[in-house]
Amino acid sequence: MSFLDVKDLKIHFPTDDGIVKSVDGLSFGVERGKTLGIVGESGSGKSVTSLGILGLHKGGRARLSGEIWLDGEELIGASAEHVRRLRGKKMAMIFQDPLSSMHPYYTVGHQIIEAYRIHHDVSKQVARKHAIDMLGRVGIPEPARRVDSYPHEFSGGMRQRAMIAMALSCDPELLIADEPTTALDVTVQAQILDLMRDLQREFNSALIIITHDLGVVAELSDDILVMYGGKCVEYGTAEDVFYRPEHPYTWGLLGSMPRLDREPTERLMPIKGSPPSLINVPPGCAFHPRCPYAERTGDKARTEVPALTETAGGHLVRCHMSRDERHSLWENEIKPVLEIQ
Amino acid sequence: MLTYIIRRLIGAFAMLIVISMVTFGIFYVVPQWAGATPEAMASRYVGRAATPETVHLVAERLGFYDPVVVQYGNFVKGIFAGAQYDYGAGVEQCPAPCFGYSFISGQPVWPDLLDRMPVTFSLAIGAAVLWVIAGVTVGVVSALRRGSFFDRLTMGTALAGVSLPIFFTGMISLVVFSYGLGWTPPGGSYTPIDENPALWAYDLLLPWITLAFLFAATYARLTRAGMLETMGEDYIRTARAKGLKERQVVVKHGLRATLTPILTLFGIDFGLLIGGAILTETTYTLPGLGQYAILAIRTQDMPQVMGVVLVAATFVVVASLIVDLLYAVVDPRVRLS
Repeated sequence: MSFLDVKDLKIHFPTDDGIVKSVDGLSFGVERGKTLGIVGESGSGKSVTSLGILGLHKGGRARLSGEIWLDGEELIGASAEHVRRLRGKKMAMIFQDPLSSMHPYYTVGHQIIEAYRIHHDVSKQVARKHAIDMLGRVGIPEPARRVDSYPHEFSGGMRQRAMIAMALSCDPELLIADEPTTALDVTVQAQILDLMRDLQREFNSALIIITHDLGVVAELSDDILVMYGGKCVEYGTAEDVFYRPEHPYTWGLLGSMPRLDREPTERLMPIKGSPPSLINVPPGCAFHPRCPYAERTGDKARTEVPALTETAGGHLVRCHMSRDERHSLWENEIKPVLEIQ
Repeated sequence: MLTYIIRRLIGAFAMLIVISMVTFGIFYVVPQWAGATPEAMASRYVGRAATPETVHLVAERLGFYDPVVVQYGNFVKGIFAGAQYDYGAGVEQCPAPCFGYSFISGQPVWPDLLDRMPVTFSLAIGAAVLWVIAGVTVGVVSALRRGSFFDRLTMGTALAGVSLPIFFTGMISLVVFSYGLGWTPPGGSYTPIDENPALWAYDLLLPWITLAFLFAATYARLTRAGMLETMGEDYIRTARAKGLKERQVVVKHGLRATLTPILTLFGIDFGLLIGGAILTETTYTLPGLGQYAILAIRTQDMPQVMGVVLVAATFVVVASLIVDLLYAVVDPRVRLS
């Protein structure tokens, strides 16, 4: 069993219009020191998954089922108080927009000190020293002075660094980063990713990066999970997913990724259509209305939900097409266009 | 920070100057436009039996023949430096701040105002403590249990609280609790706090509750709306992700942000109230500034009206100045602007 082991996780929200199946039967695992990238469009259920692991899914309305094992401990069904004690200490989270995610009325230092003192019975002075130390470690210059600054006095990149310092202040073994670079300038994104990689090595924590940006996961991940409509459609090592992707949706994601090694005159190949509604998920394969190869499997695409099957060691794909069909499509039609070596 | 304070102080002072000009204009200049002669105005000081010569003399001594600017200058000078009134039978000294003499009683206005301030202050402070505690608590609990029976009950009551005027709730409460059950003293009871603190509180209990009910309703609704918004903010999610207890999340992170706009409203409300809680003081016959204002208006006693209006305006301006300064303490983002 992995350090974090999620089995058949379902997070459903009953609403007046029907049940929103944000996450519908998701399984994955992450080891200490390893990084899992969860990729998908907006509304594919990736953020809800991370909030579900931390027990932060909205209110009491959500229905959770399945299993979440953290270090041999089952979190679904554990008391809210028990999960609260683990939050921040054993598992921590970095959010997308560091400006709105930090309290505007408290100094950065105060917020880090607070995070530390929830789980450590130490004096304010000790916690403050720790906060300054953490700020220094995430690369904030003059941490002893900046500790008393307010979030609005920081630049976007500095704020995200402070957010990371806050999340790491209790040395969590599981760190979930939800779109950690989306709100940042492109020039700062790479710095933050480098920082996260370095810190992960230093702290040896399990890291989950949630993003819609394949470039980000390519940079950091050991494993990649591609989500679509609340379900996993492809799951494998970064190598598998980048060099031998087998799901048409993953192909679409790769095709819509801007790349510097291509001629600027070439156009991106966006995926047609928009993500499915999570209340009325299309019958059969959820991706079939947007899939250029749906006709190949005939009625099956519209009537039968494809199973997540292993195509090679640990590489899982949810597609009706046969393995050979996918391979030949990738080799002959997709790969030459994407020019992946 | 210092420039911020200085800028706000200058702004507050300028505001008071403008208010004094407008008030002076309304009570001394507009009547003359409307056809009131200096003699007609002077005759209010001397009574009806006076001869035209006396009236003319008084009008001259009070400066009613002077240009408006000079009159205004003298009025402001009286407030800051005091004034002398020569009625012919001897010179009256009116020490600063001099708001002139009452038409009716012939007494200087300022000591009257001073006498009445403690009553209004007592009423306003006691009620403010009650309504802030009750309103904010109810608002927070309602927001957290949105849609519950408690929420619907309190918000329904709050709607009633906002819509029912003091002269209705006040009268009903007097009829029931004072004259019916005899739990509280009848209207018109007031004991200064330095005489007997217990009796002071006992006498003011019913006015406090009635007045607080009206304001608590507004504050509860406002707190509820603010909390509902704040609790959906990203930083609340962050606070939870840190592992904070829900109570700390609500109070330290949620309420803290919600209270800031409420502070502004409180400053204005409280400032208005210490300038005279007119309806409450009238309903319970409390000898405060509000009652004074009503009496002054009824008897068209211009110096009294001027005095009470200016004092009330000063309270509002000072209260909002204090709120502005507090805002810089409460919301660190204000300091930069």
